[in-house]
Amino acid sequence: MLSLIDRRMGIFLAGLFVLTVAVPVGNLALDGQPVPSYIVALLGKYLCYALLAVALDLVWGYCGILSLGHGAFFALGGYAMGMHLMREIGPRGVYANPLLPDFMVFLNWDSLPWYWLGFDMFGFALLMALAVPGLLAFVFGWFAFRSRVTGVYLSIITQAMTYALMLAFFRNEMGFGGYNGLTDFKDVLGFSLQADTTRAGLFVLSALALAAGLLVAKAITSSKLGKVLIAIRDAESRTRFIGYRVEEYKLFVFVVSAMMAGLAGALYVPQVGIINPGEFSPANSIGIVIWVALGGRGTLVGAAMGAIIVGFAQTLFTSWFPELWLFALGGLFVFVTIFLPQGVLGLIESRLGRKPPPAPAPEEASA
Amino acid sequence: MSVQLLLDGVNRSFDGFKAINDLSLTVEKGELRAIIGPNGAGKTTMMDIITGKTRPDTGKVLWNQSVDLTRSDEAGTARLGIGRKFQKPTVFETQTVEDNIALSLKEDRSVWATLFYRRSAEDSARIAELLALVKLDHVAGWMAGDLSHGQKQWLEIGMLLAQDPELLLVDEPAAGMTDAETMRTAELLRQIAGKHTVIVVEHDMDFVRALGCRVTVLHQGHVLAEGSLDHVSANEQVIEVYLGR
Repeated sequence: MLSLIDRRMGIFLAGLFVLTVAVPVGNLALDGQPVPSYIVALLGKYLCYALLAVALDLVWGYCGILSLGHGAFFALGGYAMGMHLMREIGPRGVYANPLLPDFMVFLNWDSLPWYWLGFDMFGFALLMALAVPGLLAFVFGWFAFRSRVTGVYLSIITQAMTYALMLAFFRNEMGFGGYNGLTDFKDVLGFSLQADTTRAGLFVLSALALAAGLLVAKAITSSKLGKVLIAIRDAESRTRFIGYRVEEYKLFVFVVSAMMAGLAGALYVPQVGIINPGEFSPANSIGIVIWVALGGRGTLVGAAMGAIIVGFAQTLFTSWFPELWLFALGGLFVFVTIFLPQGVLGLIESRLGRKPPPAPAPEEASA
Repeated sequence: MSVQLLLDGVNRSFDGFKAINDLSLTVEKGELRAIIGPNGAGKTTMMDIITGKTRPDTGKVLWNQSVDLTRSDEAGTARLGIGRKFQKPTVFETQTVEDNIALSLKEDRSVWATLFYRRSAEDSARIAELLALVKLDHVAGWMAGDLSHGQKQWLEIGMLLAQDPELLLVDEPAAGMTDAETMRTAELLRQIAGKHTVIVVEHDMDFVRALGCRVTVLHQGHVLAEGSLDHVSANEQVIEVYLGR
């Protein structure tokens, strides 16, 4: 396990650890609350985005699968958690129905749809937050990778997938709250979601999930399987002729990545207090790609940094010049693509002179 | 001697163009065979059919007299023991020379086995041996993308040997090589033959002469002549379509 922590990973995890300790302490233990509660929630949200970015980097950076639909896996994980939080409201809803969430009462439904069963149990909901995105990725990947759909065509169908899900979730008949989604959550496992301690706890959990996600992704990419993934990214056909079933490898990493995105979504929802079909919007999924490209594709740590940097920038920009944010984001993306092909992480590392050039060739040409 | 590979009455057309036309060919175990022919003679399509990249419209392709290769995909034929080297050298450019060989080593190719793979001392020794054989041991730590064209060709041959295939399909290995490298490659292929079956597709006549093996001449997807290089060179039709251009 220690071998997984190289310099880059070590520095990032150390920084994350400091943050994980300092933020709750600053929020809960110190007088005058130097870290306000809204900052805790904001940071927790960024950490979920960072985990989502790591998930995308795993498939895009290492296996060349440019998914423009990763927001769908994130949103499905979020819905699974949201469904649990809805069930936890119980009779405290506006209509005080002990079994049915408010929106179902409003729609005159008299019983809980079968797919809502079991979500009263936290463990089941958490399992579904991983299993449902994983299953969707498996089915989608099974067909796409076996048919050898690659490159821009694959990107387009992933985009279509998340768009189709968005339209489906908008419909009231689907039973996921339609346009408004799921909201008005009260508590999780008995802890009030409004309490600072609960928020701090969710923040710490998000940090732990990010660290775990990074280490899992690092373990995968440093194994021989990781080398096969890079081989697929760089020369898919060659990899097949060596005897690797490319579709199986793509499927594996796509499913792992989708589950990671689902976990990020499940942690995100209790911190922001709402999940609605807007999370499926194609623009969100493209945003994830921008985070990864900006931070540094194929570096894992860079992807996490990219998500956090863009998250901060978005928060600042949307409060200062709300109408300019999308232009700024687009400009940032163009700038990074042209001037920083290795992303922010690549820039930092080359500035620090830490990236050794591939062993300079001694003049020993073959005789 | 037994038959390693048999093609019988194979046909394949693309949009009405008959790339392979009633092609029949037999290659014995351990044989070194050169396949020559003008551009468009169907050499690459033939390789595609043998390796499962392209399916023939009709005809039989039999491996070791028993396995039907027309039902197998690329990974499947590779696992049966058929290795292929492309005309344009294709190596994993962003990985080290050593890793390129390591990825090609004959091992369990399943996802789980690959995920939990640990390199044994035996594997390390085999990698070192192969690197020495293709004379890339002094650049083992280089990125494969930094190699010269000739070195990439050799690396790809090394990757092929790492798979320990029964049959090697080698497409124009001498393309872009210096004369000295070409001769060394011919020597290497002669060394390999016997233990492995080798089919070489080549344009370069000096190289084919250096191989000193049985030659098959393809023309318009069909076998035009077969025999020693001197024998086929004397064939009227061969001179007309190919040598006498």
